[in-house]
Amino acid sequence: MSGPLSENCVGTSRNSTAQTWTIRLFRQQPSRLISNPRLSTNFAMADIDVKLASWKLVEVGRLVLIRRGPFAGKLAAIVEIVDHRRVLVDGPSGEEQKTVPRHVLPLAHATLTPFTIPALPRAAGTGPVKKLWAKNEIDGKWAKSSFAQKTEKADRRKNLSDFERFKVLRLRKQARYEVQKSFAKVRATAAKS
Amino acid sequence: MSDATVGQTKQFGKGQRTVPHPAQKAMKWYPVDDESQPKKVRKTLRPTKLRESLQPGTVLILLAGRFRGKRVVLLKHLDQGVLLVTGPFKVNGVPIRRVNSRYVIATSKRLDISGVDSKTVEKISAADYFTKDKKAEKKSEEAFFKQGEKPQKKQVASARATDQKAIDQSILATVKKEEFLSSYLATTFSLRNGDKPHEMKW
Repeated sequence: MSGPLSENCVGTSRNSTAQTWTIRLFRQQPSRLISNPRLSTNFAMADIDVKLASWKLVEVGRLVLIRRGPFAGKLAAIVEIVDHRRVLVDGPSGEEQKTVPRHVLPLAHATLTPFTIPALPRAAGTGPVKKLWAKNEIDGKWAKSSFAQKTEKADRRKNLSDFERFKVLRLRKQARYEVQKSFAKVRATAAKS
Repeated sequence: MSDATVGQTKQFGKGQRTVPHPAQKAMKWYPVDDESQPKKVRKTLRPTKLRESLQPGTVLILLAGRFRGKRVVLLKHLDQGVLLVTGPFKVNGVPIRRVNSRYVIATSKRLDISGVDSKTVEKISAADYFTKDKKAEKKSEEAFFKQGEKPQKKQVASARATDQKAIDQSILATVKKEEFLSSYLATTFSLRNGDKPHEMKW
């Protein structure tokens, strides 16, 4: 904190888990406060929650989603940062068809995910990465993420056969019918009362 | 020497010379253009090879003709890439028909048609089964000019109808067993907004 704010700032408290600071602002001259009827408390001007920005950083251990190239759609961990454009990634996933071999990946071809392998040593080999990958249950976490679920659903929808598409059409219609029926019931009872 | 093309032997003074027949004489002129060589035909007659996906029992989507968009069941391959299909008639109104295999999408849905009466199929796939019967009464000019009289409705040959029933019987039984299959065959296929047929799986 610097400048005029720090002069006025009397108390800060930090919530360590959420990484937020609550800053209580006071003014030196209470006389000005009185002129403002909106401020109920005597001296406090406002409570401001300052949150630490939760940047997804390009860091060793960060999991990235590969968006282009032969491994598009797969997950890999950053093992080493080559330069500001490229990183060395390795994706020893537990599932055979989802593994990514160790290679240098342009960051432009990657999307940072909120997941990390904490305390992954720099330039760790595939073996240790695989161990930590399993220990941190990366595959499970990724499968639970909304992105993975959405893509899986889209993939499944795309690969439906003609008959399956027809069945989806019919089943959705049935579900919709049930929902609308129950809605109509609720509406009818609401109109009566 | 009665042969017309053989020359004559003539006496010229002391000498003797055979004069060739005018037809055998060398031409005084030769044609300006080279004689054109007939083109070698490199085509061969090969038996038609149908797509792998067109196995008997497959549900097809017809793309052309009167029944375009209908989903039908493939019965048999006929000659020259022609397919024998049936609706079944009771489900979607498509009778036993011959269709061009090019104007058809094969879906991955396959029915078990082992129960279909093979004798009837054999009879239907005979060469002249579908060819039109010669009309006994030809439309005369008089009939054409006769106004007001309603033309008689085309009668379906009863033999055809019984064949249709015989074929469809077992197919209908298998169709009934699976949920949604009957209504699937009954609905026509069509593209909607955003549908990309080249990206679809069938």
